[in-house]
Amino acid sequence: MRHRLDLQIGPVAFRLGSAWCEPLDVLARLYEPYPAPRDRICDFTVRLEPEKPWRRFVRPSVAIKGDYVLPDAAPMALAHGLLAAEMGMNLQMALGQKRYLLLHASSAEKDGRAILMTGESGAGKSTLAALLGERGWRLMGDEFALLDVASGKLLPFPRAVSLKNGAIKVMEAEVAPERFGPRLEGTPKGVIRHMQPNREAIGRMAESARPALILFPRFGQAPAIRAVGAAEVFMRLTQASTNYVNLGRRGFDALNRLIAGVPALAIDYPDTDTAIGLVEDFRQELAA
Amino acid sequence: MAGPRYIADPEDSVSTVALDGLSVLFHAPSGMTHIVAAPAPEILAMLRAGPADAAELLRRLQAHYDFEGDEAAEAIQARLEELEAAGLVQRA
Repeated sequence: MRHRLDLQIGPVAFRLGSAWCEPLDVLARLYEPYPAPRDRICDFTVRLEPEKPWRRFVRPSVAIKGDYVLPDAAPMALAHGLLAAEMGMNLQMALGQKRYLLLHASSAEKDGRAILMTGESGAGKSTLAALLGERGWRLMGDEFALLDVASGKLLPFPRAVSLKNGAIKVMEAEVAPERFGPRLEGTPKGVIRHMQPNREAIGRMAESARPALILFPRFGQAPAIRAVGAAEVFMRLTQASTNYVNLGRRGFDALNRLIAGVPALAIDYPDTDTAIGLVEDFRQELAA
Repeated sequence: MAGPRYIADPEDSVSTVALDGLSVLFHAPSGMTHIVAAPAPEILAMLRAGPADAAELLRRLQAHYDFEGDEAAEAIQARLEELEAAGLVQRA
């Protein structure tokens, strides 16, 4: 690969290679405050290659390659190279992660207690975690939560937050402009803008936390709170995990341990401030 | 006429956790997780005493649980067929 970048995000080290310098330059700026990988061994490799050799120059389009590949991972326009790199990193984690139970969930921590939020795309889990991260909580991750099957603790994976559509404006009102990447228009998920987590999230990315609450948020509804039964939590979390089946018995035991020890609630909320208020109420109840 | 006889995997190859009314089973031989309702866990437990058809299984279950109506054996046969399809019991 002509251009290379090594990144440490939480417990995972990535090596990114690209045929072009642009995606990696943008990525290097976004990940500038992150420490270099602890050792020189990377867990996953992501390669951004021209779809065909001549396309590096003529209407360049990016194909995502790596240790694990999906046959139908679509090539993307070079202008979305940053998104391609992010998707490549997600793909390697989703298919290759064997040490941690990987949950498609966001997480944040305060006073040693971590909250885990999962839901369908558009439920607001990313935005809520990003907002909590600016309002006195530590952002642990906006996309993947790593459950350590040995200790039962959550490990941070604070990659750059991938903000979509309406969430971009919400965060632009809270965060200094230099922490944002370029606006990516016309992606398969609409407008996307990446946001660098704050210094606390990055500085403490090796620090695990005990899960204290599982939330299933749903945006755009009148406020409502409902307790979720253990069997439903189990089913939803196996659906939210990309590697549950691969972990076998270890995954089964880790998930049951999590569910037995942590309350789970579904919350509907009409706006993000309402949701943040609810989360703060839950935190105070848990602390009491 | 006796129906087909079934066997279940030994206890140490299936982990069962009860979660508010339902049970989750991890079936080690296949690596698959199943979410099941009663009487599936009870059927699996009773089958571990040895192969049985639906009628014999009903007799074993009646020693521990109450059953109402005449269709219990048919219901158990239906559950056995579902458990067979899920790979949790096999024909003896």
